[in-house]
Amino acid sequence: MSEAVARARPTFVPRGEGWAGWMLCLPAVLSYLLLLLLPTLAAVLLAFTDYELGAPGLAWIGLGNFQELLDDRGFRISLRNTLIYVGIVAPVSIAGALALALLIEAATRGRALFRAVFFLPMVSLPVAMATAWQYLLHPTIGPLNAALAQLGIAGPAWLTSSDTVLLSLAFIGIWEAIGFNLVLFLAGLTAIPRELHQAAEVDGVKSAWERFRLVTWPLLGPTTLFVVTITMIRSVRVFDSVAVLTQGGPNRASEVLLYTMYTEGFTFFRLGYSAAITLVFLIIVLGLMLLQTRVLDKRVHYG
Amino acid sequence: MAEPRANPWPCALRLAFLALLGLLFLMPYIWMISASLKPLDEIFRASLNLLPETGGTLRNYARVFENVPVLTYLWNGVVVCAGILFFQLLFAVPAGYALAKLHFPGRDWLFGLVMLGLLVPYHVPALPLYVGFSWLGLLNTYTALITPSIISVFAIFLFRQFFKALPDELIHAARIDGMNELSIVWRVILPNALPAATAFAIFSVVAHWNDLFWPLIVVTGAERATPALGVLTFRSEEAGDDFGALMAASVIMTAPLVLAFLFAQRRFVEGIATTGLKG
Repeated sequence: MSEAVARARPTFVPRGEGWAGWMLCLPAVLSYLLLLLLPTLAAVLLAFTDYELGAPGLAWIGLGNFQELLDDRGFRISLRNTLIYVGIVAPVSIAGALALALLIEAATRGRALFRAVFFLPMVSLPVAMATAWQYLLHPTIGPLNAALAQLGIAGPAWLTSSDTVLLSLAFIGIWEAIGFNLVLFLAGLTAIPRELHQAAEVDGVKSAWERFRLVTWPLLGPTTLFVVTITMIRSVRVFDSVAVLTQGGPNRASEVLLYTMYTEGFTFFRLGYSAAITLVFLIIVLGLMLLQTRVLDKRVHYG
Repeated sequence: MAEPRANPWPCALRLAFLALLGLLFLMPYIWMISASLKPLDEIFRASLNLLPETGGTLRNYARVFENVPVLTYLWNGVVVCAGILFFQLLFAVPAGYALAKLHFPGRDWLFGLVMLGLLVPYHVPALPLYVGFSWLGLLNTYTALITPSIISVFAIFLFRQFFKALPDELIHAARIDGMNELSIVWRVILPNALPAATAFAIFSVVAHWNDLFWPLIVVTGAERATPALGVLTFRSEEAGDDFGALMAASVIMTAPLVLAFLFAQRRFVEGIATTGLKG
């Protein structure tokens, strides 16, 4: 008891607080080590070996896998496609979500209904929705091309032509991402005190656009930065729509990073090589997170 | 409140624009349901009629239930999501409490590990985990589907932040009543942390019900397939071009979460806003 008093803490603190702390953390710590830390370290090490599933042994080949990645045309295409996909999905879904959020918040009528509509893709099974998109975009029986035909336009084979496949996947990606970004923007908007807008109006800022530029946009800075990074990280992870609709085809036109990692690892069982791709993926994700903290430190607040 | 400008035009324009955009957003759902109710020959005529000409048919749904173990998929989804959530809470709530409210050597170090874990996407440990499960002969089991997700550093982080805001008096009072730390966690802290727990539960269930990546790696065949994997197998195996049945299957697998969302919209949105940082 004197010990507790000496630490200037209330009485009745059990003496075994250290013990209790560790015991309460123990299940989490053990599973963390076993299921997260060790496998992650193993994946990093694996990237420097030539391990193949079922092979009797493995050899340390240093940067061999990464050397091969540089020379691998398939990987370069995959990396390029992923960057193009992110380059389309992130800006469009962020700007679209911001515009939608402002429009939805502008008045009360229909607010709840529209929120529900735009949120819906967020909780819908991506595999099933990809299938629905496949029907919608089907070159011969799909409603989209049927509608285009009525206008006298011959629609392309959206998902089976190498010219349009990445664009079509990006479109589906935008459709999926907007709801999530909308939630974040709406939360950010409600955090801005209403009085600020009224004060700006009193001060003579009459146009809605000026009020947005002077009040909303600066105060939304941290939210926007966060949405930017999280959207990029989420779209680098594109996998489901590719696995369901295109399997990377036609002719690798929709090959993306995680799908290449999946086929190398689990179709060809080249785990070492697959781990090297995983490492590239991890570095991209960590780079995006680093970018966020860097920018956040500098100039996001009340830019 | 009493804003002087009441121009009806922007208001009507806003509604019209949002309605149009909303309708475009709902297109996949509308056509999915429409096609699921049409006989095959009508689908292949590519007509733009939303309503089936012959008054609609449930034959697509019947065919799905005959040929596809839909109920198995749904049940697997429930077992996997429930199993994962149970262990995530079981492990993360006590850890979050200890990191937030107890003083013990190594605590800051442990919290550092949690923050480190937040940086790693779950695709990264997947390869070695697959090797491990394959080596243990556990592929195609619930164990393989559930185990990798039972530790959620994000849950620990979320609960720790939430518990930090709970008043210390609550815990002291419980200690005076003679409760030990474990019963404080489950009988005092958790009931007070229900908003955070609900938010996390929604996040977790949505994520794992919809996940394709991991089930695709550790499961082959229908017996242990989750809804996402079930739709994928159905597509590639039987229903190459049977769009009616395919759409019916998609409707069935999507329905549970969408219905839950429509009934508890506010909770879902709060949950996703709270857990947004995990992505």
